[in-house]
Amino acid sequence: MTMRFGNPDRPNSYIGKTVPRPNAGRLVQGRGRYVDDIVLPRMVHVVFVRSPYAHAKIKGIDASEALAVKGVLRVFTGADIATVCTPWVGVLAHLKGLKSPPEYAIAVDRAAWVGEPVAAVVASTRLAAEEAAALVDVDYDPLPEVTDMMTALDDATPVLHPDMGDNLAFERTHVEGDIDAAFASAHKVIEAHFKTGRHTGVTLEPRSILVDWNPGEGHMTAWHATQAPHMVQVVLAEHLGMPESRVRVICGDVGGSYGIKVHIYPDEVATAAIAKIMARPVKFIADRLESFTTDIHARDHEIWGRIAVAEDGEILAFDIDDWTAIGAYSVYPRTSAIEGNQVVNLCGGPYDFKNYRAKTTVVFQNKTPTSQYRAVGHPIAVTVTEGLVDMAAAALDMDPVAIRHRNLFADDAYPATSPAKMRFEGLSHHASLTKLVDLMDYDALRADQAAAKARGVVRGIGIASFIELTNPSPMMYGIGGARISAQDGCTVRMDPDGSIVAASSVTEQGQGTEAMLSQIVAEGVGVLPTQVRIVTGDTQSTPYGGGTWASRGAGIGGEAALQAAKALRNAILEVAGAMLQCPPDTLDIRDGAVVNMSDGADRMPLSELGRIVYFRGDTLPKGLPRELVQTRHYTPADYPFAFTNGVQASYVEVDTDTGHVKLLKHWCVEDCGRVINPQLVDEQIRGGIVQGLGAALFEELHYDAEGQLLNGSMADYLVPMAGEMPDMIIAHVETPTLESELGAKGAGEAGTAGAAAAVMNAINDALRPFGGEVTAMPFTPERVLRGLGKLQD
Amino acid sequence: MTAVFSDRIDIALRVNGEEVEARVPAGRHLVDFLRLDLGLTGAHASCEHGVCGACTVKVDGQAIRGCLMLAAQADGADVWTVEGLSDTGDLSDLQAAFVARNALQCGFCTPGMLVAAQELLAQPGIPSRHAIREHLSGNYCRCTGYEAIVDAIESTAQARADRGVA
Repeated sequence: MTMRFGNPDRPNSYIGKTVPRPNAGRLVQGRGRYVDDIVLPRMVHVVFVRSPYAHAKIKGIDASEALAVKGVLRVFTGADIATVCTPWVGVLAHLKGLKSPPEYAIAVDRAAWVGEPVAAVVASTRLAAEEAAALVDVDYDPLPEVTDMMTALDDATPVLHPDMGDNLAFERTHVEGDIDAAFASAHKVIEAHFKTGRHTGVTLEPRSILVDWNPGEGHMTAWHATQAPHMVQVVLAEHLGMPESRVRVICGDVGGSYGIKVHIYPDEVATAAIAKIMARPVKFIADRLESFTTDIHARDHEIWGRIAVAEDGEILAFDIDDWTAIGAYSVYPRTSAIEGNQVVNLCGGPYDFKNYRAKTTVVFQNKTPTSQYRAVGHPIAVTVTEGLVDMAAAALDMDPVAIRHRNLFADDAYPATSPAKMRFEGLSHHASLTKLVDLMDYDALRADQAAAKARGVVRGIGIASFIELTNPSPMMYGIGGARISAQDGCTVRMDPDGSIVAASSVTEQGQGTEAMLSQIVAEGVGVLPTQVRIVTGDTQSTPYGGGTWASRGAGIGGEAALQAAKALRNAILEVAGAMLQCPPDTLDIRDGAVVNMSDGADRMPLSELGRIVYFRGDTLPKGLPRELVQTRHYTPADYPFAFTNGVQASYVEVDTDTGHVKLLKHWCVEDCGRVINPQLVDEQIRGGIVQGLGAALFEELHYDAEGQLLNGSMADYLVPMAGEMPDMIIAHVETPTLESELGAKGAGEAGTAGAAAAVMNAINDALRPFGGEVTAMPFTPERVLRGLGKLQD
Repeated sequence: MTAVFSDRIDIALRVNGEEVEARVPAGRHLVDFLRLDLGLTGAHASCEHGVCGACTVKVDGQAIRGCLMLAAQADGADVWTVEGLSDTGDLSDLQAAFVARNALQCGFCTPGMLVAAQELLAQPGIPSRHAIREHLSGNYCRCTGYEAIVDAIESTAQARADRGVA
């Protein structure tokens, strides 16, 4: 049966409606079960001794004082862990030329960033382990450190990893069209230099893992705050020398992830290694300083960009030179080159133009490694693209909305391929921009801005169009040799009472994955969402799959769930047809009962069918299939990625005396294809926007020239709090992907992709009459005053 | 560590309406006492220096930071956590509003957020959205962007006023 999503009066119409999250009820009662809430018999705690130097040789480790602390059981060095755990290399074959040296779970003879683990202390209490960790005496010989991105490749700069030859981790240049001719013939060429601040995810729940090794069974169990349980299973098995089938990763409640918890961290693998050595449960919970120094960082980019435009506003060319510094190692197994690569892929993305050159240069430095964090590369590409487009509009005296309508891919242009060779199946830039302009009442807002100006109040409006990469196929990681699944699966089962259990390989970290799955399964089978119980986050009891990252849960995991649910419906109706002596296609399942397809008349509750199948199968015809368990998998194949699009707007007030920026309001119209749960999608967009607003105004990790992190606490690293955040107006255009029956694309990163660029453009709209401009994030009062020329020292 | 933090101190207090007697190290934080010694894992330790609000619990009627108060300081106090406030039903309308409005995603901040919000709701009148945002300015949420939380608290305040509760 084909789903008729367009008909809101169809039976079991849960897809497209706001349905409560099944797991929210226990979370509001404090009944969540996060890793740190789990206590196991014989459990011990590990605390890591971390390098205080950005770069130092480890000459020796004396643990005698630490071992004397009451409660301390063992102290492990890098060499101890290396006896059971092999090092890894964070490269992927399709990122040609990417290099990174072997990385150990605990540094063996050299530490390469402040915070790298150099020893591990295990004790019966965390308190004892922390006390003893301070007493481990490590004899360091400091080495010259590399901390400046733009001089990392200079001859005078030391080579961080001598075996690598130089400090260049990766570079890629993409050229399309005749860039030089385009710039030579342009009416106007605008050039600007942008910076995005190095920041991090600041998950409220720190990274957490509890690992037990049972030597009697040769079996490891890891309770892990992760987004990708099967990927972690693979990595632990490979590097600790166990068959994958002997490693079980359980991912219960996770207190925020945003990409931070999709990577392999040395201290987490070391925890598993220690559990294997000690044959007992070992818990590691990062503290807040460890979170700042060892969670992956992101967005540390400097970009020189140029745009060429014709007199009528046509965009002729973009020329992008992106630099990023990724820390001391490329992060395993997704690497640290994806972000720069995405900048090359995504700059100019919304626009139909011909000539494009983009280069990313990815260098090593002695800082915390960077890797994928929510909206990987997008905020950088959108900031550069939309910043340049607004500057061009100003130079041409064009309205920011008009220049976008002049250049955005036409809504009937699809399928289309961008100059960066990104393939678009179907986008809705113009419809989205038109909707945004209506939603914000653009003309009235301009009038308000003018009225404010007359009162001496400085306000600005900023717009940012964007594309977002979602539903990644094996072209993202699998092609590069990583054992990271692009496929997801769902097993749907009917139990004797007619209730449904669905086990899915996509995971929940608060997005509402389980609600989304319950709606899809409910509609696919024909029951109430409350009759569906969802199981996620366990490699032993769910189908194999990728997990939740790159905005893939609904689009990929959801389609697998829909197909499994439909298969179960068919299996149920085959039994029902035999029991009711009628063709299965004359029957339907609605609200948990078998009914006539024609008039909806009740024929039999599912509980009766369940009773017969499970307890009185003897009464059914011999040979009648009665498989009330169905599994389906899904992996995108037609397109490497399902691109989505959207546009955001920001209205700000700038105090030109203090440089303070006040966010007045924010809007976003986005197109994630089929919306499964409107409320959950809106809240993903809002949460994502606020992470982008943090990047725009507050968040930046500061290092000194010696590679010391200067603001590793929540008192010093500012995050968005309730008082500073605006209300956000969200709306959608729906262009379902034709690749799946469900038609859903991802929505989790759209908010973050465009928010900071919209704020930047709004601030610059406000500053332009004063001849001011800002392009280096975050836009602190100091930077705004510098942009205005009021601070010059 | 200063030796005095290891000294053991006898405390007697009420937690969620039940009498508790314990012998704790002087350096034991209240949130660790609740989580590790009493198994009340609703309040969470996160920033551990009083900034994020995940450990917020109610002590003698006030919302306080469990990571900034020692268990020893709670001797004789009346302590309530989200578990106890759920059992009594004191939070049930606010909790229902959080679920209905999806004012939580990962749920890690939520217990602290609820206790902080309850303190505001106990004051007379319907707080403005600005007042709600200001009151929550010490409770960090990375998932929601706060708007849904403000909505849920606002609608609860309105509903309580309509019922004549507040």
